[in-house]
Amino acid sequence: MLVLGIESSCDETGVALYDTEHGLLAHQLHTQIAMHSEYGGVVPELASRDHIRRVLPLTTACLQDAQRHLADIDAIAYTAGPGLAGALLVGASVANAMAFALNKPTIAVHHLEGHLLSPCLADPAPQFPFVALLVSGGHTQLMAVHGVGHYELLGETVDDAAGEAFDKSAKLLGLGYPGGPALSKLADTGDASRFTLPRPMLHSGTLDMSFSGLKTAVLNLVTQQSKDAALDDATRADICAAFQAAIVEVLVKKSLAALKQTGMKRLVIAGGVGANRQLRAALDDAAKKRKLEVFYPPMALCTDNGAMIAYAGAQRLQFQQTAGSFAIQPRWDLASLDKVS
Amino acid sequence: MPYLAIDTSSEQLSLALSTGHRADSIVAREWPVGQKHAELTLPYLRALLSDHQLAMSDIAGIAYPSGPGSFTGLRIGCGITQGLAYAQNIPVVGISTLEALAEASGVIRAYVCIDARMNQVYCAAFEREPGSAWKTIHEARVCNPEDVPLPAGNDWFGIGTGFKTYADALQTRLGAQLGQIDAERQPHARDMLQLALPRFAAGQGLPAEEANLVYLRDKVALKTHERAAK
Repeated sequence: MLVLGIESSCDETGVALYDTEHGLLAHQLHTQIAMHSEYGGVVPELASRDHIRRVLPLTTACLQDAQRHLADIDAIAYTAGPGLAGALLVGASVANAMAFALNKPTIAVHHLEGHLLSPCLADPAPQFPFVALLVSGGHTQLMAVHGVGHYELLGETVDDAAGEAFDKSAKLLGLGYPGGPALSKLADTGDASRFTLPRPMLHSGTLDMSFSGLKTAVLNLVTQQSKDAALDDATRADICAAFQAAIVEVLVKKSLAALKQTGMKRLVIAGGVGANRQLRAALDDAAKKRKLEVFYPPMALCTDNGAMIAYAGAQRLQFQQTAGSFAIQPRWDLASLDKVS
Repeated sequence: MPYLAIDTSSEQLSLALSTGHRADSIVAREWPVGQKHAELTLPYLRALLSDHQLAMSDIAGIAYPSGPGSFTGLRIGCGITQGLAYAQNIPVVGISTLEALAEASGVIRAYVCIDARMNQVYCAAFEREPGSAWKTIHEARVCNPEDVPLPAGNDWFGIGTGFKTYADALQTRLGAQLGQIDAERQPHARDMLQLALPRFAAGQGLPAEEANLVYLRDKVALKTHERAAK
């Protein structure tokens, strides 16, 4: 079964072709980061305007890469939510119209299910069940994954997402937008022990997290350190290192607690922050000591992408979970999905 | 060859089908759908095609509104057009919603104003010799109703929802030059198809990937330095 996947929920247009026998055949991505950076954040209307220019050229590129024809496709999967309504509608419109004309089914995919299952595109892929830490600019959740569509929320951020805290702190440090990756790069050169930042809710006894206080602590530290003179590069790097250490510690401890609580032995990391090197190192280290397994999506599939949508669509297609109508769901609870395996 | 037009630019959804290049062979339908274009366009298209014993594979080209109008509505229409045309490998023609309203007027001198929200209108003026194509007298623009360009001469047919929402301002500005007014008329796929047929015949259709939109209102957010300057 050959599935075309289309992702357009936020600021990345992704298209991919996944074959249930041969795996991922092609994936193409256009990121709008440069366009939105001038505005200091994602402008939904501009995101939609860009998606509509990108979907078909990316589809053509995928078909060429995979040396397949549109007529070879068995189904079209698209992100139906959650995300920006106008942006979602672009992918949904093109996908549904294309499927209509080709007389093929469509599969409305939950964006987070795409992320959750994206480590299954890596080799080796994790077996069910596992705990998933979904950590990106929009989400920070711990889920127990018992099978495709069988998700149980264990804990989540009560305020900002971890990636959002990275970007907002980067902004406070003058690192531009989205500054998360720049912050993390600078942190590698800093001394994490010079400043101590809080680890909110670390000992809350639940699997919930909070990151907005950390951002405020960064603001206070920046204000205090730049009272007499502008921040020097070393101080800036040290603040980045302290910030990253705090976030990583919270994410690692909460993930370990989730494994302990569920009795599961496998941890899967998904979402943009999953590309963070220090987080990966700390998780690998903790896992080794405790004889746990950690799985990551391929580096290129940590951001939003079409491959995870094509993959999740293919899983649902095998269980005849096709969309009946052309609907998007800008707000959509992951735990409400139908269980298919 | 049958051609199709899809209009999702307003709160009305309309579809039109032609069975040849002749305008009198157009069949069209419209529905007041509000914001439900995404859910309803394809099912209604399926019904229209089947009513005329046609399949999508019979369609030789698709006309769609290239704007201006509801941003989301336009994108749904453009996205659907892209998907259908790409899958069938058939050309597309984008038609200005303002020109479609001029076509709907049935006269030779149309002054078109669509409510653009935010106290503005999308406007343009068109003129034609009977039986020939429209000539643009004032290019499409977005502006305040009190600043719409003044056309030469009089007896302009005022058409579009702008004449309802901004009736007083437009009357003050254009009053002397206006003749009849139709403030209720919405863009319609029938008029788009009528305008598109000669363009398809002349080989002016574009590949699906090039189906694009003209929004006119391009300033939708402030850049960081513009916010700081405020």
